[in-house]
Amino acid sequence: MTARATTTALTAMALATTLAGASMTVRRLDHLRAGSTAEEVLYVPSPKILRRMSLGFTGLLADIYWTRAVQYFGEHHHMRSRRYRLLEPLLDIATTLDPHLTVAYEFGATFLAQKPPEGAGDPDAAVRLVERGVRENPSEWRLYYNLGFIHYFERKDYAAAADAFERGSRVPGALPWMKVMAADTSQHAGDLQTARFLWSSLYQTTESEDIRANAAKHLRALQVDEEVFELQKLTSAFHERSGHWPASWAEMETAGYLHGAPLDPTRRPYRLAPEGRVLVQVAEDLPFITQGLPTEPSNRPQIESK
Amino acid sequence: MTARIAHVAFNTFREAVRDRVLYNLIFFALLLVGAALLFGQISIGIERIVLINLGLSAITVFGVVIAIFIGIGLVSKEMEKKTLYTILSRPVRRWEFIVGKFGGLAWTLLVNTFFMAVGFFVALLLLAHHFERGDTWLLVAIYFIILQFVVVTSLALLFSTFSSPVLSAVMALALFVIGTFAEDLRAFAAASHGATRGFAALAAYLMPNLASLNVISSVAHGQPIAASLILYNTVYSLFYAAAAVCGAILAFEYRNLR
Repeated sequence: MTARATTTALTAMALATTLAGASMTVRRLDHLRAGSTAEEVLYVPSPKILRRMSLGFTGLLADIYWTRAVQYFGEHHHMRSRRYRLLEPLLDIATTLDPHLTVAYEFGATFLAQKPPEGAGDPDAAVRLVERGVRENPSEWRLYYNLGFIHYFERKDYAAAADAFERGSRVPGALPWMKVMAADTSQHAGDLQTARFLWSSLYQTTESEDIRANAAKHLRALQVDEEVFELQKLTSAFHERSGHWPASWAEMETAGYLHGAPLDPTRRPYRLAPEGRVLVQVAEDLPFITQGLPTEPSNRPQIESK
Repeated sequence: MTARIAHVAFNTFREAVRDRVLYNLIFFALLLVGAALLFGQISIGIERIVLINLGLSAITVFGVVIAIFIGIGLVSKEMEKKTLYTILSRPVRRWEFIVGKFGGLAWTLLVNTFFMAVGFFVALLLLAHHFERGDTWLLVAIYFIILQFVVVTSLALLFSTFSSPVLSAVMALALFVIGTFAEDLRAFAAASHGATRGFAALAAYLMPNLASLNVISSVAHGQPIAASLILYNTVYSLFYAAAAVCGAILAFEYRNLR
C-alpha cells in the first residue's frame, strides 16, 4: 500500500469515527437539554417587526410561521395537552404577514376553537381570527361558513351563527345551502338534525382531507350520542318492566329489546354499566362525544355541545 | 460604437459563465426550489403556496447575490489584471466599457434566471401535475425579479467604479435592503416636517424602490397583477438603472487609472 493510500484509508476511518462520535454526542446533548428548545418561545412576537425583517419576503415568512403553528398544534395535540399558549400569536403572525393565507384562518380557527385536548378551547380567539380573515378576504365564502360553525358549536351563539351563514350566502360563488343553513340555525338551534346537517355538508363539500376527517369524527360523535341516548331509553324500559337493571346485552336480547350486542362506530360493543348506564369502551377513540363517557354519566343528550 | 459595446458585453458574459461560484449559487437556488417540495409536506394546505414563495424568493436572493458579487468585480478585476489598460488603449471609450460591462452582466443574470425559472416550473409541474391559468402571473413575478437584478447590477457597477470590491458589496447589499423599505421611507418623508421632510424625501427618491417589484406573495395566491404596475415598474427600473449607469460612467470618466 502506498503512503497516499494509507493516509486516505486512515483519514476516511477517522472521518467516519469522528462523525459518528459527534452524532452520538449531539443525541446525548439533546437528551440533557430536553425542553430547552425554542418550542415555547416567540423571539419576535410582533408581526409588524417581522414584516419589516422579512425584507419583502412576507409570503415565505408567513408560510414558515403557519408551518410552525401546525407543528406546535400537532405536538401539543399528540401529547393531549390542555394548553396552547403560543397558538394564537403564531396564527396572528402568519395571517398578518400574509392576510390572504386563507388556510391559516380555516384550520387555525378549528385548532383554536375545539375543546381541549382536541384544540385550545378558545372560541373567542377563533372568532377574532376568522373575523379578520373575512375582513381581508371578503370574497371567501368559506370563511363565513367557518365563522358560523364556531358560533354555532363552540359559542352556542345561534343568532351570530345564522348571521354568519346569511352573510356568507350573499357572497358570489357561495354554495346554495348556505341560505338553508342560515334559516336552519335560527329556527332549529341546537337540535341534532341541524348539527348533523352542518357537519355532513362540511364533510361533503370540503376540499381538504384534514377537514373532512375532522367532520367525520364529529359525525361519529353525533352517532354515538344518539345511540347511547336510545340505548339508555331501552335499559330504562327494561328496568320499568322487569324491576331490575339488565346485567348484560344478552339479557336484553332475550327480553326482545335488541338483536345482538350494539356496536359503536369503532365496531366495539357498548358497555353496560350498573343502573343501566351505557358507556363506550375506549372514549379516546371517539373524540367529541358527550354521551357514554365513563366519568360523566348523563341521562340527557347534549347535542348542542358538538 | 454598438459593436464595441457588444464586444465588451459578450466578453463580460463569457468571463462570468466561467466562474464556478455562479454555478454553485444556481445549484443552491435549485436545491432550495426542490426543498420547497418537501417543506410543503410538513405543513397543511400550502404545498403550492410554499413552493411559489420559497422558489421565487430563492431565485431573487441568489440572483441578487450573483449580481452583487459579479458586479463589484467588473471594474476592479480588470484593473487588477491590467486588462483594462489593454482595452482602453484600443478605440474603446470609457463609457462604452461601462455600458458593455452592464449589458454583459445583465445578460448573464437573464440567462441564470431562465435556468432557475425552468427549475422552478419543473418543480411546480411535479407538485401540481398541470399548470393553471393563474400561473401566468408567475411569469410576471419572474419578470419583476429580473428588473430587480437590473437595478442591483447597475448599483453594483456604480460602486465598483470608485470603491473597493468589499465596500462596493456592502453598499450594494445595503441599498438592496433599504430598497425593500422604499415605501416606508416615502411614508416617513410624507409624515415628517421641515428640513427632515426634505432630506427624507430626497433619500427616499434616491434609494431604489424594490418593494413594488416584489409581488411574490400576491402571485402565490393567484392574484392578478395590474397592467399599469407592469408598465410603471418597467419604466421605473429602466430609468433608475440608466441613472445608476450614468453615475458609473461619470465616476469612471474622472477616475485616475494610473
